[in-house]
Amino acid sequence: MKADPAGVLTGVHFLDGDHACCEGALAAGARFAAGYPITPSTEVVERFAARIPKVGGTFIQMEDELASSIAIQGAVWGGAKAFTVTSGPGFSLMMEHIGYAIMTETPCVFVDVQRGGPSTGLPTLPAQSDMMQARWGSHGDYEVIALVPNSPQECFDLAITAFNLSEKYRVPVMFMMDECVGHMTEKVIIPPADQIEVEPRHKTHKALGTYKPYECNGDGSLVPEMAHAGEGYKFHITGLTHDERGYPAMTVAAQQKLVGRLQDKIRNAADKLVLVEEDSTADADVVVVSYGITSRVAQRGIDAARAKGLKVGKLRLKIVWPFPDALIKKLAKRAKAFVVPELNLGQISREVERAAAGVKTVLVPHAGGGVHRPEDILKAIQEALR
Amino acid sequence: MNEEVDFDCAECTNPVEPFLRSDRMPHIWCPGCGIGTTVNCFTRALIDSKADLNKLVVVSGIGCTGRVAGYLELDSFHTTHGRAIPFATGLKLANPSLTVVVYAGDGDLSAIGGNHLIHAARRNIDLKVICVNNLIYGMTGGQTAPTTPAESTTSTNPYGTFEPGFNLPHLVDAAGAVYVARWTTFHVRQVARSMQEAFKKKGFSFIEIISPCPTLYQRRNKMGDGLDAMKYYKQASKVRNGAPTGEVGLTKTGEIAVGKFIDRDRPDYRSLMVHQFQESLGDEYVETGECACS
Repeated sequence: MKADPAGVLTGVHFLDGDHACCEGALAAGARFAAGYPITPSTEVVERFAARIPKVGGTFIQMEDELASSIAIQGAVWGGAKAFTVTSGPGFSLMMEHIGYAIMTETPCVFVDVQRGGPSTGLPTLPAQSDMMQARWGSHGDYEVIALVPNSPQECFDLAITAFNLSEKYRVPVMFMMDECVGHMTEKVIIPPADQIEVEPRHKTHKALGTYKPYECNGDGSLVPEMAHAGEGYKFHITGLTHDERGYPAMTVAAQQKLVGRLQDKIRNAADKLVLVEEDSTADADVVVVSYGITSRVAQRGIDAARAKGLKVGKLRLKIVWPFPDALIKKLAKRAKAFVVPELNLGQISREVERAAAGVKTVLVPHAGGGVHRPEDILKAIQEALR
Repeated sequence: MNEEVDFDCAECTNPVEPFLRSDRMPHIWCPGCGIGTTVNCFTRALIDSKADLNKLVVVSGIGCTGRVAGYLELDSFHTTHGRAIPFATGLKLANPSLTVVVYAGDGDLSAIGGNHLIHAARRNIDLKVICVNNLIYGMTGGQTAPTTPAESTTSTNPYGTFEPGFNLPHLVDAAGAVYVARWTTFHVRQVARSMQEAFKKKGFSFIEIISPCPTLYQRRNKMGDGLDAMKYYKQASKVRNGAPTGEVGLTKTGEIAVGKFIDRDRPDYRSLMVHQFQESLGDEYVETGECACS
């Protein structure tokens, strides 16, 4: 369906990534947000707090991130599209509720504007060191979807994608910004509402008394239909392992069936969940794999290498989780090496190395607090070919 | 009370049965546990208040009392430990037409969830909180809770507790709750009546129900079984309606002050929010009832 015009600020704007992310959420139909102040993410909810009374909806500043990350899920079951926004220390506090959203299949979006860590780290400076936390931070086996924008325009565009995917797969979606992208100001074009595709909530139309909250329809979809509280279905939702009725079921078989389905609904869709920018990879000797702000620095390293006559391809990940294994495997057949600059000491590089299965993978690490020097990326490209 | 109930169930043997998920019985609670008694009171309150059961939602946390949500034939959410209140806050704000009941234990609400308890009371979010206080962590095997009275023996204080316990009515009163009552599971009619009053009251209501845990609290403290608990509640309870909440703290074997301590009016969170936006934004404010999410 098309976006509700009430939330779409159509026009050409000069916005930072945090503000653009808020506009993307509003365009996607988010009508509830809960948050707790934390640098460098707070501007997202500050804008939401100012905008939402005029759009129709609610913002509440909760007492902490634990509360924010579960209040949004209450709001989802009350009928809203909802999200929360934070940075590293708050993201750490939200992990249990990412697990709750996974287990209860509550569609919602977690925005993490990454800063340097561990702990309080570098509150005002960038990093990309929460990428593995986004994938594995909550306990138990699960699959998530994580998107990484590299510009304010993409903070708008991909925020809509994040909400759409959360509804489509009934999964919490991680929106992994970084301090640079959050605070850089650029042109952002917001199209008319009728040009924005929005995934509706997939509500059940079953008769009262026949609906089971976790029963999949026989159409091969592994994503059950939702009901909202107050509609008369009188359903039960729990974070315990449960059966199709939503009732706790403490058996090996129930665990395998549920956790297996939660995993398969994402893994089986992995080929539909590839979102990348690819440039000159077909005949490249080296492919530079990057994401977020680092992709913009990497571009200069790539340009410098090409100026020296090297065959360098560029692969920018917009969806990092699920990781595009098949694409990396395909590129690994031709490329001699992968170079992976990232603002951490080696997270996504390990995924590239795993998927590349034997093809040389060179990490260009950075502990965070700034961005790479383009010459370091150039040097890594040159060394990768030696 | 039963004679007055307009009730349509030809096959039922117990009037509370239509409110329970009978396909989930037997429940997990121990013999002598008081949680089932509170659920019985709750269903009585639902019957007597003629509540719209399609619009009444129960939210629980984790623990023995956390299992209440799963046994009630209502829209029900078993959330994470300590977070029933913030979940319920989001639910209520997204759909203000719902009556949202938080049904949780003392450890869930006042230890791991203590911060949410005081902030929800401060905000005066329109939630009805039923706190079953059994003075102990039951589900995990009898560890000390913030409510465990001094000089008790628990699995984590094998030589006796020495921390002072929380006086929960005093805590939520100080934080701003508009309705605060305490009863024991001996006071089944009073509990049901307080629940009905809370259903009608707009704002943050808190009902503490002192409830026996024969398996893990009483046995370790040589306090007998469920029946002994009833005798103690009967003998030690004193009705002190309107008592200053600072004076109703519990001790291990002393008086249990019961009654309605607080019943006051102040605008709830959403009323204040709507008023604020109307004042500040005038016609620009778009007030929504339910969040439309097609």
